Amino acid sequence: MEKITNTMHLTFDAKSVNEAFARMTVMAFMADMNPTIDEMEDVKTAVSEAVTNAIIHGYDDESRQVEMSCIREGQKLTVTVTDHGVGIENVEEARQPFYTTKPEQDRSGMGFAFMEAFMDEIDITSQVGEGTSITMTKYIARDDGDR
Amino acid sequence: MERIARRYKVDGTQLVYEMPKEVDHHVAKDMCQEIDMLVESYRIKELVLDFSQTEFMDSSGIGIVIGRSKTMHFHGGSIAAVNLGKRVDTIFKSAGLYKIIQVK
Repeated sequence: MEKITNTMHLTFDAKSVNEAFARMTVMAFMADMNPTIDEMEDVKTAVSEAVTNAIIHGYDDESRQVEMSCIREGQKLTVTVTDHGVGIENVEEARQPFYTTKPEQDRSGMGFAFMEAFMDEIDITSQVGEGTSITMTKYIARDDGDR
Repeated sequence: MERIARRYKVDGTQLVYEMPKEVDHHVAKDMCQEIDMLVESYRIKELVLDFSQTEFMDSSGIGIVIGRSKTMHFHGGSIAAVNLGKRVDTIFKSAGLYKIIQVK
């Protein structure tokens, strides 16, 4: 049986109001993959973390934009969130739980830890002054056989 | 900035604050300011965060809880979380929040 494929690309302003919009969009995109509620909630949390990171750390300017893409290949979902902002100097350090550059804003530093906990794979590429791209993959387990 | 009217109840030095449906970075700033303002003006000693209406929470919520916990302990007060749904419970567990906050 041939794999079902689908793609989606979205560009939106780096405004916090778009965090809910971005995660709802991914929910709508993945609905057709027949996920469990837990799988949907896991992806929703991870997307919220990645998009929040892009908005908070990507830019100091709300008028800049965040790009998000979703790819479905069979039961494999890949979500990429990209900003063209300040970039991360030390990605390994940023991935450590409770690491935050903004403790005064009540940021917990758990963003990457949550992305790792709730997705199957996560890949971060970043360059200072160029921006950051986070690619996350989730295998949606429930397969009806005819998909 | 839009203002979201939220419900809270002050009883003596206890504040019960109803957390919103979705706890994320977008609502964090206004919410923290509101809680801190209420804690200060009513000289609150016991802060209770009520999650009964909360369906979604990401790590921004963890930051809010940890931040308020610090504020309350600084003033010699206490903090508790009540009515956690399944998802909020998962988020609390993932962040090890049960070790630092009382959950009823």
